[in-house]
Amino acid sequence: MKLTGRLFLIIMLIVLYLPIFYLAYYSFNSAGTMNEFESFTFDYYLSVFQDSRLMVILMNTISVALISSVVATIVGICGALSLYFLKSSKIRASLLNINNIMIVSPDVIIGASFLILFTFLGISLGSVSVILAHIAFSIPIVVLMILPKLYEMNTSLLDAARDLGATPSLILSRVVLPQIKPGILAGFFMALTYSLDDFAVSFFVTGSGFSVLSVEIYAMARQGISLEINAISTMIFLIVLTIVLIYYFLSTRKTVKRGDLS
Amino acid sequence: MRRLLFIPYIVWMGIFVIIPIGLLVGFSFFDIEDNLTFSNYREFFSWSYLQMSISSFWYAFLITAFTLLVCYPLALIIKQLKLKMFWLFIIILPTWINILLKTYAFIGIFSREGLVNNLAAQLGLPELQLLFSDVAFVIVGVYIFIPFMLLPLFNSINSIDQSMISAAQDLGATRMQVIRKVIFPLSIEGVKAGVQVVFIPALSLFMITRLIAGNKVVTLGTAIEQQFLTAENWGMGSTIGVFLILFMMIIMLFTRTKSKTIGVGRL
Repeated sequence: MKLTGRLFLIIMLIVLYLPIFYLAYYSFNSAGTMNEFESFTFDYYLSVFQDSRLMVILMNTISVALISSVVATIVGICGALSLYFLKSSKIRASLLNINNIMIVSPDVIIGASFLILFTFLGISLGSVSVILAHIAFSIPIVVLMILPKLYEMNTSLLDAARDLGATPSLILSRVVLPQIKPGILAGFFMALTYSLDDFAVSFFVTGSGFSVLSVEIYAMARQGISLEINAISTMIFLIVLTIVLIYYFLSTRKTVKRGDLS
Repeated sequence: MRRLLFIPYIVWMGIFVIIPIGLLVGFSFFDIEDNLTFSNYREFFSWSYLQMSISSFWYAFLITAFTLLVCYPLALIIKQLKLKMFWLFIIILPTWINILLKTYAFIGIFSREGLVNNLAAQLGLPELQLLFSDVAFVIVGVYIFIPFMLLPLFNSINSIDQSMISAAQDLGATRMQVIRKVIFPLSIEGVKAGVQVVFIPALSLFMITRLIAGNKVVTLGTAIEQQFLTAENWGMGSTIGVFLILFMMIIMLFTRTKSKTIGVGRL
């Protein structure tokens, strides 16, 4: 039984990683297809870097992700703090419900309703609409990442600061924000991944002049196999792997440190 | 001070949650010529739309059921491992690669001369027409949703008090009995959360249907995308959207979890 369990785990791991390695393997195939490997080539990587349009789209994607996560984190901090300090628990519950609507809503609904909204407000589809949309779907996630950290906070710290004569803004910057920093970082990180991972919402609000990577790849993939996509995905996988591993080791190291201190 | 903090959040949520949904509902009452009418709703209850909704539900059900079937044993196995958090992390890691890229990989894997057909040929099996079939759609759907189902399942299985399991074993329960009578009832909240995070998105997939299933599968999501971006009939698209939201609320009612944990899909 134990053996079959191990075997199952190994099979699942192979299945889960198969598509990623499959893409990577054929990204070096000079035959230009995803079935018979002819000979090794770096051509597709070179052509990705020489394709200025693709480079612009890559830059767009990264800028959209960074801008939207920074703004979403700032608004999310405001949101989490105001929910935390809210006196009426009824209003808090209903605001949290509204917050959760955004999280459980299918991407198609978010995309379609934002398309209506932007047309209604007269915002033309392009970089602005994509950034606004990404900020909008990231804020609720940031709020949810920060809120538990606020509730974990020891309230006597706030009382102590107040007794010692700290102004509200001083309490906020010197006591509250340092306490919830891990939540803020986690929220920012989540907003970043949601933004980079998004396809459906962007697909509805990109318009014709502006594009992000996932929308562009969709357009390319609909026309069939293009090994440039393989090359891009291999590079993305390596970058993501590095970032996630760094994040993983930093976060595990941090918990050890905190344990030592206490 | 506190008011000042409140304003950006409230304004933002108003503009991007309340107003869009309001607009969506509003638009559902307009036909393609901007007349105020119930015709979209009448059309939704026509046979072709009902058929589409039923088939969308059927595929979402299949995807959810198979995902659960794969993930439950997986969660049980990971719970018993020494480095369980590490293994969980390894399994979740592919989630960080854009769904689109993974779907694109399956175009290659399922194609006529792709990996699956190569293996089939070596085993002497006839060539399978996998790409652009509903089987392929379900397989890719299950693949995409495995991490999302696994997380809530693992969290609830992992939080089961080990002494419960030991007690059952001491009292002579077999392995299957322990799983069926102890572990499964105690992890039901995780199952509900997992079903919720898979079923609703599975109803609204549209990119995978287009790339993998060709036009064989039409989900509610595909229909919305088509009405909005191809037919430019926003009224009908909004109507389907309203029903998708309704279905979503019903599913959430059925899978409501007792604890206040909020199931964010990713780590």
